[in-house]
Amino acid sequence: MFTSLDYLLALPMVLLTLFALGILLIDLMLPADWKWVNAVTAFVGVCFSALGVWRIQSIYAHAGSNVTGQFGMANSLLVDRFALYFFYLFLAATAISILMSVRYLEVEHEHHGEYYSLMLLSVVGMMCMASGFDIILIFIGLELMAISTYVLVGFLRRDRRSNEAALKYLLLGAFSSGIFAYGLSLFYGLTGSTNLAVIQRQIAAIIKLRPHDPIVVIALLTVCVGLFFKIAAIPFHQWAPDAYEGAPTCVTGFMSVAVKAAAWAMLLRILLYGLFPLHEIYTPLILFVSIATMTGANLAALTQNNTKRLLAYSSIAHVGYMLLGLVAVGSGQEAAATDGLRGILIYLLVYTFMNLGAFAVLTSLRHRDVIGDELDDLAGLYHRAPAEAVLMLFFLLSLAGIPPMAGFIGKYFIFLSLIESSHYVLAGLAVLYALFGLYYYMKIANAMFMREGSDQSRLPVSLAMKVALGVTGLATVVIGVFPEHFIQMVNWSLGLVQTVPIASLIR
Amino acid sequence: MVPITTTHYLVVAAALFVLGVIGVLTRRNVVIVLMSIELILNAVNLNLVAFSRMWGLHGQVFAIFVVVDAAAEAAVGLGILIAFFRNKETINVDEIDLLKW
Repeated sequence: MFTSLDYLLALPMVLLTLFALGILLIDLMLPADWKWVNAVTAFVGVCFSALGVWRIQSIYAHAGSNVTGQFGMANSLLVDRFALYFFYLFLAATAISILMSVRYLEVEHEHHGEYYSLMLLSVVGMMCMASGFDIILIFIGLELMAISTYVLVGFLRRDRRSNEAALKYLLLGAFSSGIFAYGLSLFYGLTGSTNLAVIQRQIAAIIKLRPHDPIVVIALLTVCVGLFFKIAAIPFHQWAPDAYEGAPTCVTGFMSVAVKAAAWAMLLRILLYGLFPLHEIYTPLILFVSIATMTGANLAALTQNNTKRLLAYSSIAHVGYMLLGLVAVGSGQEAAATDGLRGILIYLLVYTFMNLGAFAVLTSLRHRDVIGDELDDLAGLYHRAPAEAVLMLFFLLSLAGIPPMAGFIGKYFIFLSLIESSHYVLAGLAVLYALFGLYYYMKIANAMFMREGSDQSRLPVSLAMKVALGVTGLATVVIGVFPEHFIQMVNWSLGLVQTVPIASLIR
Repeated sequence: MVPITTTHYLVVAAALFVLGVIGVLTRRNVVIVLMSIELILNAVNLNLVAFSRMWGLHGQVFAIFVVVDAAAEAAVGLGILIAFFRNKETINVDEIDLLKW
């Protein structure tokens, strides 16, 4: 029987589901020019869900500092501080995405309630991925998120590029989910359980008896392929530039931060907890993938003329940097592992705000018949909307990792962890690629400040968009200038992850 | 007569999985690609049900969820495909080329 604790742990997800269904009902009764009410409802839903997360957090705080997380729903759900951290991240990203969307959808004449409903449902899926402790729940969460996002990408159903992006995303996404599920089924067969704790114990026993057991290796490879597909690491990145370019710009922003953060939460939970006994096998694999990802993405980004596509490649490059943190974790040295993991989490935090901010600026360029995703559409932005152009410059500097901005803090911890685990060559390579990054980010800045645009009229910016830009801009600067508080927040979330190997690494 | 053991089921599932992967990678018709993805998911189901003979009910529960997921994916996939076909009048993967593939 479920107790009240089980329902409390599921409260954030239950609230979001109720609001998502509520939006579908309310949408039926709204006249065409009142659709903004759906956005307000969705925003309120996100706030209520955040209150639910806060309630769980405060109950843990009252229970004493040794209570770090609770199992719920027959041990399939583990809401620990790691999960709470990601819950807040998803909710913040969703709230900002909702603010970005209203005006864009009105311009596209596709302002339907389903959009917000799907967005909330995909957040429910993300929460299952971040807090799932059972491979069934993790898989269901992944699919709930993925299927909602396929529809969001194809939401402009009269636009060919949107259709095409959705189709490609769906085919490759479903393919990778299939491969991932095959790996999970093999792990179930090997260990006899779907619970991550049991899987970890049994795998450790198997690997002790027969190191390099072929079935274990096949299962690990298929699971890794699925995970790499979801975080869009090269060579499994093909869907990302297309899906990012064709999707409505506000959805691109949402996908590039929230969906990616959820995939990372799932990856960390599976690789660093469930499959940690195999870390000597998968670390070389991650090393290879991270080098390929940084090289391929940075080189491909150099020649792009479409801003959305450029930022897609840049987001793939950021995945490469984050994977380097995982290499340091796999090296087995305590200090390096701590900083690597801390680096990944703080990188995801700053990346959420800076990337979402950059996409918010691109979203606001959409008006009348200008789509605003070509580099030329940004030309002369400084004269059309000075505040936006300056904020965009902040986001770009932050993405490039220039010191006073937030992006620097993320890169700092990743590079620190590499040096601590004596991967000097790798650290040097990463810094070199960061310089490549500076070139293509400055290409955007050059267009904004140095070039004359064909359109000289002032850019209309809605109030919601101003709030979104303000919050992301503020976060990007504040995290960069006063990082201590945010580093403490990440320590809080990690130091008390109840998952044993990570906890032992952290201590 | 050789009794049919769990291993036999696993070999069939592995064959289905490989067929599905080959189908996704080589076929040019989107509907057939979607069918190949279903093949992969059915390989997963066969694996799960075969293993649940050894380990108990969890595998069958997982298999039911995978079936539901496959149905949802097919529904959304065909929906997107119809929207695409209305605009472009083709379901050939090679002609999905507006965005650089």
